[in-house]
Amino acid sequence: MEPLAENYQLLRWIVLAPLAGSAAIALFGHRLPRRLTGILACSAVGISFLIGVAGFVKLKALSGQPGRETAFLADTLYRWISVGSLKVDAAFVLDRLSAVMVLVVSGVSFLIHVYSIGYMAHDKSYWRYFSYLNLFVFFMLLLVSADNIGLMFVGWEGVGLCSYLLIGFWFEDMEKATAGKKAFIVNRIGDFGFLLAIILIFSNLGTLDFYGIAEQAPRVLVSGSALATAIALLLFLGATGKSAQIPLYVWLPDAMAGPTPVSALIHAATMVTAGVYMIVRLNVLYLLAPFAMGVVASVGVLTAIYAASIGLVQNDIKKVLAYSTISQLGYMFLAVGVGAFSAGIFHLMTHAFFKALLFLGAGCVIHSMSGDQDIRNMGGLREKLPATYWTFLIATLTIAGIPPLSGFFSKDEILWMAFSSARGHWLLWFVAFAAAGLTAFYMFRLLFLTFFGTCRAEQKVQAHIHESPPVMTVPLVVLAVLAVLGGFVGIPEALGGGNNFHHWLSPVLAGENGTLASEAPRHYPHSVEYLLIVLSVAVALCGYFTARWFYISKPETARSLAGRMPITYQLLGNKYYIDEIYNIFIVQPVKLVSTYILWKIFDQRVIDGLVNLTGRSVRVLGKLAARLQTGYAQAYAVTFILGVALVLGALLW
Amino acid sequence: MIELEQLLILSAILFIIGVAGFITRRNVIIMFMSVELMLNAANVALVGFAYHFARMEAQLIALFVMALAAAEVAVGLAIIVTVFRNKKTVNVDDLNILKW
Repeated sequence: MEPLAENYQLLRWIVLAPLAGSAAIALFGHRLPRRLTGILACSAVGISFLIGVAGFVKLKALSGQPGRETAFLADTLYRWISVGSLKVDAAFVLDRLSAVMVLVVSGVSFLIHVYSIGYMAHDKSYWRYFSYLNLFVFFMLLLVSADNIGLMFVGWEGVGLCSYLLIGFWFEDMEKATAGKKAFIVNRIGDFGFLLAIILIFSNLGTLDFYGIAEQAPRVLVSGSALATAIALLLFLGATGKSAQIPLYVWLPDAMAGPTPVSALIHAATMVTAGVYMIVRLNVLYLLAPFAMGVVASVGVLTAIYAASIGLVQNDIKKVLAYSTISQLGYMFLAVGVGAFSAGIFHLMTHAFFKALLFLGAGCVIHSMSGDQDIRNMGGLREKLPATYWTFLIATLTIAGIPPLSGFFSKDEILWMAFSSARGHWLLWFVAFAAAGLTAFYMFRLLFLTFFGTCRAEQKVQAHIHESPPVMTVPLVVLAVLAVLGGFVGIPEALGGGNNFHHWLSPVLAGENGTLASEAPRHYPHSVEYLLIVLSVAVALCGYFTARWFYISKPETARSLAGRMPITYQLLGNKYYIDEIYNIFIVQPVKLVSTYILWKIFDQRVIDGLVNLTGRSVRVLGKLAARLQTGYAQAYAVTFILGVALVLGALLW
Repeated sequence: MIELEQLLILSAILFIIGVAGFITRRNVIIMFMSVELMLNAANVALVGFAYHFARMEAQLIALFVMALAAAEVAVGLAIIVTVFRNKKTVNVDDLNILKW
């Protein structure tokens, strides 16, 4: 079946507009007025979004025709690499999957750019910030619209670079610079796996093209073979780095050192979801490796509950949201791990809305608290920050899974698929279900501690508390609307909806395309689905009431509970000591090996030795050769004559 | 009648004497004379060829060589005189400063 491509020249500008914006701001930003810099950055991303919408409309018409569901828009810039049989084009593709991603990325980016104008208004490196931010959007759009895995890797590395630059944006602060470095190094480990997977794919399938891979993989790779599993697991290693899953999640909480809009954009809405997108994009490979899919689902669900449990006791508003992000990403991996690729992308989309909203709300709170992020010092902000409060409330209800907000539909879809899919298991469902309860609890805890009760801040800080300007609150309202309405594109059939989102994506997903008929989901009556829905709403409400009881009705209960379970509390508060364990078992050994073997022995003795040896041997040889130069004219004459004799002899004989 | 071979043998003998003198004698003046001997050995060979093949060009070249030798002597002797003024010697083994 030949995919149906249609050329669409505008596609390149989706990606290139933010690059142009970034370059313009980097070159001239320090001379432009602040207002103009901000407008330039926003309009660059706005152009991407508008072209994305135009492309989406065109694609909808194109792929809406019967039999042309897999049609896509394509735009080739030039041949980027051509070495032997390795051919990589700088080419973009807009199919049903990347269209969703392009719209989510550029749309959310646009809102966050607008918000940043207000949030960063007083920063001295205003133009540097917007240049980086536009560059990030460029790489992210490159990642989601690339038509081959090679170009995707460029975007993949590029977003990592921008993440590093923006986490360490305030690099005068050593701690923040270190956080950026940590993110970069941890990501390198994952990228190493990704790169190995790319090499394996090329050497076995002979192509890096997504459509080529989808075509070749089922022919070349044996389902369940070691090779298919290795490729899938190496790709997943890349995904655990970028998308902050166990065991490589440790960089994300530290990444909160960056400006809050950056946390919203990169470390919640877009970049960290790249791993999910990559797995969905290469779903063909995963369907050939059932073991790897099991690993993905298990790691996902473990991350979901693990990060949620840490989130229960964090006191930094951004740290709570960071662990919440890790946990929600775990849900997405659970979805793709059980083969529910469209459910994963659905949650990716709704998560982008509500998590960006939560982070931006947190940004407003931090802004009004004069930079304090500790929720123990907050409280009672409800009256003072009404717009922030209402939007934050909506986002909290959404992430907790209260119907009919978008988070309810997407999370419930994942829970249902974890239970009912052929690869699912009731245990996966149960862990994810428990994590949903924890999610509701820690989110309402955050909400109550921040916005309810009485303000615990110092007088000086309290006097300063004020609502943010409209340039910051309008994006909040838009995101809140999206968070409320976003779920209606994917109402499950059991609730009388058409599950349009699933039907939109399924033609481009091999696993849901009917090609693997044996994978048909187990059939349950609707009553089971209703029961699970009721249960998950109940657990969300349970989380709400517990949080209310702990932090509003009887605030002393939380403290006494923490006092009664000091070990658990300490364990959670210190994030299971994972950073310390990694430090002892990985960081320190690497440092020791680097210092005492690689540096002191290998570098100083072997490498420096080789360099010195080269120098010394040249000197010795030179001394030997210099002895020929006696200074005696007659010695030269003899040499000369011998030389002539030699030449003559050679000529004559 | 003188054969070409005899002339060439004479030329070779003269040349070898010149080479031997150049590399064995230490006096710069003598070495200089040896060089002249080698040049004239070549001249003998040239004149011999001219005679044998009845061609004028070789004789012309011999004349050139003589003019060149005269010029060379003028320069060379001037150098030797200068060296002697500075070093108070014309022994070539004492003139070995031209090395690393």
